[in-house]
Formats: sequence, C-alpha cells, structure tokens
Amino acid sequence: MEVFVVSLLNGLVYGMLLFMLASGLTLILSMMGVLNFAHASAYMLGAYFAYTISLYIGFWPALIVAPLLCGLIGAGLEMWGLRRVHRNGHIAELLFTFGLALIIEKGVQMTWGLLPVPYRVPELLDFPLFRVYGTQFPAYRAFMLVISALMFGAIWLALTRTRIGLVIQAALTHPDMASALGHNVPRIFTLVFAAGTALAGLAGVIGGNYQVTEPAMAFTMGPIVFVVVVFGGLGSLSGCFIASILMGLIQTFAVVFDVSLADLLSKFGFVVTSSTPFAELLTVTLPRVGALLPFLMMVLILVFRPRGLMGTRDT
Amino acid sequence: MQRGKRFTAFFAILFAISFGGHAWAQQTIKVAYTDPLSGPFAQVGDANLKQMQYIIDYINAKGGALGKKFELVPFDNKSQPSDALLALKSATDQNMPFIMQCSGSNIAAALIDAVNKHNERNPDNRIIYLNCGAVATELTNEQCSFWHFRFDLHVGMKAEVMVRALPKEVTKVYLINQDYLFGQSVQRDVKTFLAKLRPDVQVVGDELIPLGKIKDFSPYITKIKASGAQALLTGNWGPDMNLLIKAGVDAGADLRYYTFYAHLAGGPTAIGVGGENRVLAVMSFGENVAPEIGNTEAEAFTKAFRDKHKFDFSAAGFRTIFEYLQAAVNKAGAVDATKIAFAMEDLTIKDFLGFETKMRKDDHQLISEYFVGTFKKGVKYDAEGTGLGWAMTATILAKDVDQPNSCKMKRPTGA
Repeated sequence: MEVFVVSLLNGLVYGMLLFMLASGLTLILSMMGVLNFAHASAYMLGAYFAYTISLYIGFWPALIVAPLLCGLIGAGLEMWGLRRVHRNGHIAELLFTFGLALIIEKGVQMTWGLLPVPYRVPELLDFPLFRVYGTQFPAYRAFMLVISALMFGAIWLALTRTRIGLVIQAALTHPDMASALGHNVPRIFTLVFAAGTALAGLAGVIGGNYQVTEPAMAFTMGPIVFVVVVFGGLGSLSGCFIASILMGLIQTFAVVFDVSLADLLSKFGFVVTSSTPFAELLTVTLPRVGALLPFLMMVLILVFRPRGLMGTRDT
Repeated sequence: MQRGKRFTAFFAILFAISFGGHAWAQQTIKVAYTDPLSGPFAQVGDANLKQMQYIIDYINAKGGALGKKFELVPFDNKSQPSDALLALKSATDQNMPFIMQCSGSNIAAALIDAVNKHNERNPDNRIIYLNCGAVATELTNEQCSFWHFRFDLHVGMKAEVMVRALPKEVTKVYLINQDYLFGQSVQRDVKTFLAKLRPDVQVVGDELIPLGKIKDFSPYITKIKASGAQALLTGNWGPDMNLLIKAGVDAGADLRYYTFYAHLAGGPTAIGVGGENRVLAVMSFGENVAPEIGNTEAEAFTKAFRDKHKFDFSAAGFRTIFEYLQAAVNKAGAVDATKIAFAMEDLTIKDFLGFETKMRKDDHQLISEYFVGTFKKGVKYDAEGTGLGWAMTATILAKDVDQPNSCKMKRPTGA
C-alpha cells in the first residue's frame, strides 16, 4: 500500500511534467505538421534561463520571464526560420528543427558549460509538505502539480472559450478552410509555435530543479515526449493529457514490480529454466525494461490504432 | 591573376600548416585521449580532460621525458565502443605511442581487444593502452593484456574497501548498479566480499538499471525504503549517481549511501546539503587529503587547479599516470611502445601525496593507496561551492588492497 501511494504520487508528478512538455508539441505537430525536434531544447533553455535569471532577481520572476523568453525565441524561429523552410516541405522542416536541437545543445554547452548548474528549488518551497508512510513528499512536487494543473485549465479555457481558441481549433482540423475564410493562418502558426515553446520553457523552469539542469536534459527528455504525442493522438489535448499521466505512471510502477515474463508463465504452470529457449529474455525483470515500455506502447498503438488514443487524424 | 595569387597564398598557408604540424609532432610525445565529450556523460569526460591538461602542463614544466613534452590529443567517443575504435585508428595512423581512456568498461574491453590485434599485426607501430578509470575486474584478470595498464583500483579492490567501510550496525543493504560490464562487475564483487567479510549483512535488494536512461529515481527510492534497507551500495557514475542520491535526499529517506563516484564532477551539486553525513565515497583522492596529512606541496598543487577552474580537483590518479609515463619513457630511453611497456612493469613510484604505488608486473594493475570520504560540513575545502566537502574517514594503504589475480599474460616475443 505504502509503495502504491508513493508511486502514484511520483507517477502523477512525472506525468504532469511530461504533459507540460507534450501539450505544446501536440499543438505544434497537429496544427503545422511539424515534428519539432527542438521542442525538448526549449525545455532545456527554459531551465537554463530560469537558473540564470534566478541568480539575479530570484526564482519567482524567473517563473514568468524564462517562459516568455522561450516564447519569443519560438516566435522568432517560426517567423524567420520555419516559415522559409516550410516551402520546401516537411522533410526540410524536420531537418531544420533537428539541426536546431543540436545547435541549441552545443550553444548551451558553450554558454553554461558541460557540468550541471546548481539550479535549486526556491527556499520557500524547500520543505516536506507531508509524509506518506514515512516518505517525505516535497512541497515543490505539489507546486509542480498545481502549476501544471493550472496550465492545463488555462489552455483548455483558451482553446474552447475564446475567439482565438476557436480559430486555432478550426486551423487544427481544417487549416485550408480556416485560411480560405480569411483568417491569418501564418500568424496563428507563429502564435501557436510561440505558445508551445513557452510551455516547454515553463516545464523547463519547474522541471530543471526537480531533476538536474545539464546539457543532456533535452536529449534524454526528447524521445519520451514524442511517444506521448503519438500515443495521445494528433489534435487532442485531452488525449495528450491522458497519455502523459499514463506514461508517468507506467514508468514509475514498472520500477516497483519485480516481475518477469517467466513469473507470468509460471502462473500458468510453465516453469522457465536456463535451458528454455529465450530464457534470458524471459527472465529479464520489469524494472530493467521499464524505460522501454513507453516505446513498446507507441509501436503497438501505431499498429493497432494509428490515430492514437483520442486523435482526430491519422498520424 | 588575382585568383592565381589567392591560390598560391592558400597553398602556401596549407603547406606551412602541414609542415609546421609535422615539425611539432617530432617534438612531443602524443597521448590520444578518448572519452565521452558529448552526450549524457560529457560532464565526466570534460572534467577529466581539464584535469589532465593541468597535470600535463605541470609534468612538461618538470621537463617531460627524454627532453620531449607530452601532448594530449582528445577524441570524443560519445560513450560508444565503435567511436573509441575510430579514435584508436586515428592514434595509430599518427604513430602515437599511447591511448588513454577512463569511462566505460565495455569500451575498455573493446579497446584492449583492438590494441592486441593492432600490436600483433604492426610490430613497428605499437601502442600502449593507458586505462585511467575503466575498472571492471575482468580487464586485468580474464581479459588481461600486455599492452593494457590500469591506473585505478579495479572493482574487486574498491568493493573490498567499500564493504570494510560498512559500520557494524548496518545489516541490510540494497545494491543498485548500471546494466553493463562495469555495473555487473560491481554487483558480483560487492556480493562476494559481503559474503566473505560481513556474513551478517543481508542483501535485501539487488538491481540493475539501464545506463544513463533514468531521469527520476524516486520510484527506486520508494522501493528501497519498502525493502527496509539501511544502506544503498552503488557503483553508479555520472547522472545515474547524481540523480539517484538526489531523489533519496529529496524523499528524506533514512539511508546511507556507499558509492564509488559521488565525489566526481556534478555529484556534490546534485546531492546538496541534505546528503550531509549520509554519503560516502571510495575515492583515489580528495582535496582534503593533503591538508589532513600535512602535505603542503600537494595541497598547493590541488589548490592551484581549484583557483583556475570552477570545479574541484579529484584526479590525483592522472598525475600518477603521467609520472609513471615520465619514468618509464626515461627508463626505456626511447619513445617505443614495446620498450616502454617493459619499463613500466614492476615500476614503483612514490605518488605526490607521498604514498608508495606499484605497477604489478603479472597483471599490469596499479596498486595504490585509497581513501573513504564522508560528505560533511566543516572541511577545509568544500566541494563545488556547496559548503560541504569530503572528509577522509579512512585511508587504505597499497599493500592492503593487493588482491591476487588470475591473469595469464601473453608477452610479445622477439621484441
């Protein structure tokens, strides 16, 4: 029970962090069809900006300023970079963002060095909020949950209750029609790209001190975010939300259950010994392959339900 | 005409560069150095590189060897054996007598194999592999090679030190290691020494994790807590070490951490104040060793690095490597890999802290003193500006880590 509750909480925190990252990417991907490889780089930039800003004016202003900076960079990239590249098709866009991710990583290495920077949780939130069966639950994790929940609410309201949200939704599903009706679709693209990047930046601000702020953080976070987006389905924020939480929980619980395929088989009276074919594979325990599970699920969903959990279009 | 002139100028410059480079090559003893300089483990390679450069500058100022200076040539291997082999190829193509590698025993195993083959096929262009930190026990036992010299204690020796450092009241331990040659080696050796030296200790959990893939270790901490373990024993390095302890400290787990690499770059920052008196590291050197034993010369040497760079000096072992090279090259009287390798065998040197060290002839494993450090407040030199640093709680002399080996070395004939 203890393990279950603590793992549930940890899974939720990680899932919500994933969601903050993935929500921006899902908007960008479904609207513009751009598989933005540099998305996780914005996450990293957010963390580094927040670190630098918090050195001068503290963590709280950084919480606002760092995502804004990321958003500005995103807007600039879209207007002067992606839009030009867009004419040459999706492959060019893909390569553009891929190159960008590498450049940003190198740039971060050159600016802040290869070592992790001491970006710490603000003192105001650096205390255990409550104890579950003797395990401390840091207040900062609760703060992360609150921020991401607020953000989910804000995006949802913006998309469903505002005029610009309506236009974005229209452009999500019928980009050509929205354009034909006289909406400035390129400007919406810029807006969405900037907003998506800012969200990733925000995730970086609160994720950077929860994990460790170092130049490899984009590289390690990138693939899992793609899995979430594909799994959740294109054009669906709620699908993305469910997928994020699911991935967070799966990765957390996979660690806790020390079972292998062999254990499963023995339930059916089939005993695996070292002479059984594929014995090595069958006796690998779940924690050792936990990190692979999301990718396995992505492959499965692509085969059996290509549009993802709640997607409106095929991937 | 203009164009022609430019071409001439271009080729003149090109010629000057290549000629100049060639002339330079004659004067230095090149040491190829390959480690991850990009990717998740870049911080490790980068920290090593900076410390090595500092040491080489010092050794060169002391006259190098045979009147020649040492020169370090870095190659990024991105933590991939295949890239390390490319580095080896470049090194042998340029006739470098040494290749050095520290991080990743799987890479080391590939390098030993490739160096063996190369040296067998090219008797007049041989290369020595200097191992500065790939410590899987096998490398100087089953896989030992005449061309491989290891300058850090192997896992078996470190595991013995770690197990001996376990206090009497700890009876339940949990093992977490990285799922590759090195981690599996730690897993096996720690268990062997626990069974031999501390039969009262029960291993309540034993786990391998994928190398460099996990971002949040909180689930593991939950599991470790549930197992009732009092101490966590781990050989993890890089982010796998830093994130693991950070997660434990954040969850307020009542654990002691026994590590091989908590003291390396990035570790103290990630651990923070919450790790006070909880984290121990089995280390070859710490900045507080010199002041504690009152060696002012060694203290000045480490302090100079600290003043110049933003991070701590942890790599005294690298200085020992270059002192061995200096002595061996001088003894061999020529920059010739085979002669140097023979000269290195059974060489003894007093390291800069004043302890006796020896390069064992039968397995080419360095035997040196080792330390156990505890992360705490009130030390002379703190680590990474955290206010806490490594206080030496135990010093183990070379003769006490001298474990037997099972190496059957093949020596070159007709050399």
